[in-house]
This record gives sequence, C-alpha cells and structure tokens, in this order.
Amino acid sequence: MTRSKDGELRDTALSDRELKRALAVTWSAPPGLWGALSTVDHKVIGRRYVATAFVFLALGGVLSMLMRLQLAQPEARFIGPDRYNQIFTMHGSNMMFLFAVPVMQAMAIYFVPLMVGTRNIAFPRLNAFSYWIYLAGGLLLWIAFVVDTGPDVGWFAYVPLSGPQYGAGKRADVWAQMITFTEVSALAIAVEIVVTVFKQRAPGMSLDRLPLFVWSMVVTSFLVIMAMPAIMIASTSLILDRLVGTHFFNPAEGGDALLWQHLFWFFGHPEVYIIFLPAVGMVSTIVATFTGRPVFGYLATVMALIATGILAFGLWVHHMFVAGLPRLGESFFTASSMAIAVPAGLQIFCWLATIWAGRPVFKTPFLFVIGFMVIFVIGGLTGVMVASVPFDTQVHDTYFVVAHFHYVLVGGAVFPLLGAIYYWFPKLTGRTMSEPFGRWVFGLIFVGFNLTFFPMHILGLQGMPRRIYTYQPEMPWSGLNMFISLSAIILAAGFLLFFIDAIRSARSGAVATANPWGASTLEWATASPPPPYNFARLPVVDSREPLWTEPAELRVAAGLGVDRRELLITSVAEAVPEARESSVGNSIWPLLAALATTVALVWSIFSPWAVVWGSIPVAVSLIGWFWPKGVPEDES
Amino acid sequence: MKAARVVALGLGAIACGCSGNQSALHPYGAPAIHVEHLIVGIVALCTVVWVLVMATLGAALWRRRQKKVETEISQQWLTMTVTAALALTVILIAGMTIASFYTTRAIGLPAKAALTITLKAQQWWWQVTYAGSAAMPGFQTANEIHIPVGQDVQILLESADVIHSFWVPSLAGKQDLVPGRSNSLLLRAEKPGVYRGQCAEFCGLQHSHMAVLVIAEAPADYTRWAVSQSADAIMPAGPDAAAGRTAFLAKPCAACHTVRGTAATGTSGPDLTHVGSRQTIAAGLVETTRGSLAAWIADPQTLKPGNNMPMVPLTSFELQDISAYMESLK
Repeated sequence: MTRSKDGELRDTALSDRELKRALAVTWSAPPGLWGALSTVDHKVIGRRYVATAFVFLALGGVLSMLMRLQLAQPEARFIGPDRYNQIFTMHGSNMMFLFAVPVMQAMAIYFVPLMVGTRNIAFPRLNAFSYWIYLAGGLLLWIAFVVDTGPDVGWFAYVPLSGPQYGAGKRADVWAQMITFTEVSALAIAVEIVVTVFKQRAPGMSLDRLPLFVWSMVVTSFLVIMAMPAIMIASTSLILDRLVGTHFFNPAEGGDALLWQHLFWFFGHPEVYIIFLPAVGMVSTIVATFTGRPVFGYLATVMALIATGILAFGLWVHHMFVAGLPRLGESFFTASSMAIAVPAGLQIFCWLATIWAGRPVFKTPFLFVIGFMVIFVIGGLTGVMVASVPFDTQVHDTYFVVAHFHYVLVGGAVFPLLGAIYYWFPKLTGRTMSEPFGRWVFGLIFVGFNLTFFPMHILGLQGMPRRIYTYQPEMPWSGLNMFISLSAIILAAGFLLFFIDAIRSARSGAVATANPWGASTLEWATASPPPPYNFARLPVVDSREPLWTEPAELRVAAGLGVDRRELLITSVAEAVPEARESSVGNSIWPLLAALATTVALVWSIFSPWAVVWGSIPVAVSLIGWFWPKGVPEDES
Repeated sequence: MKAARVVALGLGAIACGCSGNQSALHPYGAPAIHVEHLIVGIVALCTVVWVLVMATLGAALWRRRQKKVETEISQQWLTMTVTAALALTVILIAGMTIASFYTTRAIGLPAKAALTITLKAQQWWWQVTYAGSAAMPGFQTANEIHIPVGQDVQILLESADVIHSFWVPSLAGKQDLVPGRSNSLLLRAEKPGVYRGQCAEFCGLQHSHMAVLVIAEAPADYTRWAVSQSADAIMPAGPDAAAGRTAFLAKPCAACHTVRGTAATGTSGPDLTHVGSRQTIAAGLVETTRGSLAAWIADPQTLKPGNNMPMVPLTSFELQDISAYMESLK
C-alpha cells in the first residue's frame, strides 16, 4: 500500500482484495441495533422501505376483504356504516399514501444509485429521516384506526364533510396530518433522486444513456416536487379550519368548498402518474431483459414519459366534471385527459415492437408484464371513457370508476411492481424467488383480479354508486356483488402465496449470481446483494447497455479515496467527472429528528401551541444532525 | 306487544321494498338516451382497439422465430408501424373528443324549461320545492319528484350541509349539490314511470340510504297531483288518525316537521303534509305502509343508523295512532 502525497489512501494503490476490505470498513454500519438505527446505506433503507410498504399492502388488502364481506349481500350487518366508512377511507389512504407512492420511491432508493453506478444516494441522512417519518405517519394512521379514530371522510376528504362542522372528533385531523408525514417523506426522496441522477452518475453515462427506469424516476420525482405542495397546502388549510377556526373552505364566511377539490386534484391526478411512471420504467427494464434486446424507441419512450408528466398537471378537472363547472372549460379538460392516451399508447406500441423484434423468455417477471399489458390497456381505455364529460356524468362516483382505477393502479402499477420484485429479488436478497410458485402467484392474481374487478364496470353502469356500505335487496346488484366477493378470495390467495414465496425465498431460496437474468444495467455489475460500498471500483459507461455491449470487463474509474466515504460527482448532461465528494457517515440524528418531528405533528392535532413548543426539540435534533463531529467526511 | 308486531310488519315491508329503474343502460329520458348512445359507441370502439392490441401482443409473443440466425427485423419497418399506430390513436382520440363535445351540447339545459323545481339535499334526504303560480300556491315535498312526461324540467340543485350528488341514471347523468352554490340539471322523461336515483357523492353515515324517486306522469295526471299537493293536509276521518293528529302535535314531532294546515311548522325534517301519498319514507328506505311508518317512528336509528331523527318515546297506542295519521295524509 502506498499513500498519496497528501496522506490519503486511494483505490489506485490497492489490489482488489485489499480495496474491498478497506471499503467495507469505511462504508459499513456498526453491527447490532445501533447500526440498524443509525445506518444511512440506501440499500438497507430502501429494503426496509419496500418491506414496510408491502406490510401496508397486506393490511390494505385485509380491509378490502372486509368490505367485500359486507357487500356480498344486500343490507348485510357485518359492519356498520361508521366502521365501514373508516374502512374504505383507510383502504384508499393506506394504498395511495402508505403503499403505492412509497413503494415506488423505495424501489428507486434501492436501485437508482446502483443503476447509475454510485455508492450511496444523495443526502443519505435525509433518506434515513424520510423512512422514519414515513413509518411514523403509517403508525399514526393505523393506531388511530385501531382505537376507532380512523378517518371516515374518504381518501379525498371533501369539505365540508371533513370540515369542523360535519367531521366531528379527531378523525379528519388524523387523516390530514398523516398526509403531512407522507408528503414530507416523499418530497425528501424526490429531491435525493433528482440530485443522485443529475450529479452522481457513472462517468460516461450521459443523459441519453440513462436506463429507462432511472428516467421514469427522474420524471416521477419532478412530479412529486410539483404536485405535493398542493396537497400540503390543502391539508394544512383543513387543519387550520378545524383547529383554529379559519374559513378557507366555509362558504358561509366567504370560503369555497370547491377550492378543496381543485387543490386536492391538482395533486391527486399527478399522484396517479407518480405511481404509474415508475411502473412504466419497471416494464421497460423487464421487457428489455426478457426479450434480450433494448427497448425499441429509447427517445420516444423518454419523450412519452416527459409528455405524460407534463400533461398530468393539465387534467385534474376531470375529477370534477359533475361539480357544476362551466361546460366549455370542462371540454378543454376532456381533450387534455384524452390526449394523455397518446404518450401512453406510444409506450405500449414501443414495448410491442420490442417484443416483436426480440425473443421473449417466459419467466415470472415477464408474465407479470404480459398481465400488465392485458389489464392496463383496459384501464387506459376506460380512462378515455371517463375523460368524456357526458360519459362521466353517468359513471362518476360509481363502481365503474372503482373498476377503472383498479385496472389502472393494480394492472398498471402493482403488476409491474410484482414483476419487478421477482426480477430484482436476487439483487435485493442474494436469493431467487421460486419460478413454479411465481407462475401460480401470477395465475391466481391475474384471474382473481379480472374476475373481481371486471364485473364492477357493469355494476356501475347499472347504477351502483361507490362508498355505500350496503344496498337494498330490490336493486339488481346482489348476484354480481356475491360473485365479486367470491372472486376476491382467489385474488387474496394469489397475494398470500406471493408473501409466502417472498419470505421463504429470502430465507432459503436458491443463491443468486451477480447477473442471473443476463441483464444490461449496472446494478447487475456488482454482487447479489451488493456490498455496502456498491462497487469496489466505480464503473465507466460508454453505451446504453453497459453489460451487453462490453462482454469483457467493465472499464472503471480510478483515484477515489478509501479512508473516507467518497463518491464521484459528474456533470449534469454528459456525466464528465467533476469532483470527488464525500458522502456522510452513519448517524442516529435522523431518527431523533424524526421522533421530534413526529411529536410536534401529532401534538398539533390537538393544540396549535404544539407548533411553537414542538419546534424546540426539532431544532435541537437538527443542530445535533449538522454539528461537525470531526470525522473525515466532515473535514473534507 | 302490539308495537312489536307493527315493527315486524314494517321490517317485512323492507324486504319487498320499492321498485324502480336505476340504470344508465336503460335510459328513458332524452339526456340519458344521448349519453347511452355515446357510451355504446365509445365502448364498442375501445373494445376493437383492445382486441387489436391484444392480437398484436399475442402475435409478437408467439410468432414463429427462426431457430438459427434471426433475420434482423428492419428498424424502419418497426418505426413505420409504431408511427402509424400512433397516428391512428390521435385520430381516434380526436374523434371521441368531438363526439363527446356534441353530446355535451345535446344534454345541456334549453333556454326555457317548462317547469323548474328546486332540490335541496341534506343529510340524508331530499327536500323538493315547487314554486307557486297564479293558479296554485307553491309547496314542498320530500324524496319524490313528480314531472310531466315529454317536457323539459329544470332542477335547481342546492345543499343545506355537505356535498351530495343527484343521480337518476335512467333519466340523466349526475350533478353535484354543493353548499354555497346553485347548480342545475335538465330532466326529461319520454315515458311515464318511476325512476329511482340515489345520492352519488359520499355524504357521511347514511350516504347508502339516500334515494330519490322521479315519477313521470302524463301532464294531466301531473297537474292533478300538483294541485292536491298544494292543498293543506286533510282532517283525518277515523278515530285512530284523529287521535294520532293530537298526539303528533303534542309530541316533539312538530318541532322538526311541517304539516300544512296545523300548528306543526318545523323545517329541519321533511314536510309531512302529504306523506301518505308518497311511495316511500326515509329517502327510499321502505315502502309507505302503516307498518313501515310505525317501524320507522318507533326506532329510526335501527333502520337507518346515524340519521338525524331521534327516537321519541311513545306508548304503543300513540305509535299506532300517529302511524295511522301519517298514513291518512294522502
């Protein structure tokens, strides 16, 4: 070993074995509980995030089964209206805010740094903080539900039903504050992803060589940054109306009930694409790997992602077609809502062209992609239907819409996600999920999903509204409802099998190699699971498919320090190396800051003074967080 | 015991319930018919699109591939195909947007409607107000709207509390009732009949039990109905009903309900002047019979948990008499 002139130890001075040992010392978290609580490793946090989100998926699934139990028969008395309203509100809020958005961002936390070839995500401590805040928000919502204070005003919490006059108790406040938690964590991740992708890419990975999944996460992150503030303003105004008697939404005092809807859907519609676009990136990744060729039309696909992201902000009014807005204005939003089918269609056509030109390998991840296409195209087409104002006046707030958005969100996002879990499981755990199990999981979920949700289209057209806890026996809906409830058992069995397979495989699945599928992107260039420093030597890229075009060894960058956590900063467009930058070490302060924030936010449900007194511990924890501690990373 | 029997009878009435048509696929009014044509057209078109995409997917997945060297499919051919598919998408989307726009125009309110009715929704029932004219004073009723067949009727939509949505799918698409705003909707029935609707915007505990009936009848029948509704309540004939009237006025009922022609002038509950003539009570919950009236009055919170009608303690005789009185209010 030779040290450089300034006494630093560089990777150039070390053999591969020495380098790996030295990097492991620098990048590892201490063992045991302390290490688990203070780690800032994006892989540990990402895995934790994914696992937590799947727990919330399972809980949300249990709620949906309870609803199906109640709706199987007319005028059933299993669940009363009060509890039912909490259950459907919890199901929606949980699935959107605690499962769908976080799980997509969680996959990005884990895979984006690996795919762009860096050693940790940007702002690693913020990343740790984000997870703890997310967990606290989820616990707040679920504990409130268990003690019968779960929100009961719908996941959209329309005023005045959620306002001070009609939403008695603390139920709506719990909902509004849960929003604050999840939005803070989502915004934090979005900022980390944008900075990671724009400044920490492997040398040579110019923007036109970015993997499509990374592109989708960049666009998603910008959507998060631009959409989330609207909902935070809305939920904060709602809390103010409820807690200190402001009148933002009270028409009697000059407020406006529809203002809430504009603010909510200005966030709420992009939210759909925040969930869907990462899934698009997953589909592109899986399609490329299992057809053995790059996705057809890289530029077109990226442009479709960006176009979808921009259009996403121009169609929120289609959620308000029956609220009584001027008809001409509504027609504009019909056109913009329909227009989003163009980039979505373009994506589909590009994937079809890829499959056509490639050689499909029918492994479980690819099966989920096929299921995605079958289901999502239906969801997209029913989306075109509800975009039409007159059509929507008949199906808005009916089971038709319930069917539509489950086709879009389950078909469009959960199917790709499950495929992505099967695909990336070897990287996440070092073990492979079972292929025979996977086929059963796919089959049960695919069949169960369609049997459960397709009949809902018909129910909606037959006049069955959403969010009803029961219906009268003379309505012609009982047969289909019973059928749906029975089909839901098949769907639930599929998910149960998935969880069993995932847990079993994580413990005792076949050990995976570095690149079991023969994929092209950089996360497969390191061991499964990756070491704490991700790459012993940072890769250098000169094509879009670095592992396909260079069958020999990847070229690597040299000259990084190993005494301290160091990574490479590159230029935004061309990824030309600019600087060596240190990445922060482990710290318990993000957890403490999250705890202090949680106390302040939960307390503020009950008293406005919490904002004053609660900010003191938050300030203390932040000072601790940023206080220089004399470690090499601080000195640099 | 007697009260219990009456309650049992009432519960029996729930089982048969009211009938009515509530489906976007069985339209009987011009606006709903226009929309149904649009629905059928778009669904058919989208089905064709889906079948085409799936056929392409199937062909792409299972087309025969040469074992050895795959003749590289020309990039140009793929580009052209994708571009053509995209162009077709744009054309279809534009076509559906235009069709949608013309349907919107067709279902809009005409310059002048034959009749205007004000509908005010509240948790969890519908207050219906008919304006008076030179020939006839105005009146209020609840949960039941009568309209003349073949005429354009404008419904003014208001809310007393939270947001509700008025939706009678066989006659027209839905429209929200938003507090602080006044919306309106064109209602028109081409055929006499009873059309059921229910609240379509989540409005709290009893959102599920907030139905409304639209009864379309020949103009002469409609006029006869309107005239009878505008009259004050009749004096009950039988001894039960007469005793019921006395009990009704003595108990807290009158604080919330109006029976025109009596001292009962409360306005927070439905106007009961002609409650016996209405097909259902409690917003479409049960058919109006003496038994169901008794069941409802005896224990409104079991039939419709959370609704705003309190349980008023009554002896079984009072309950029977008041039910008889209500039934007599034709």
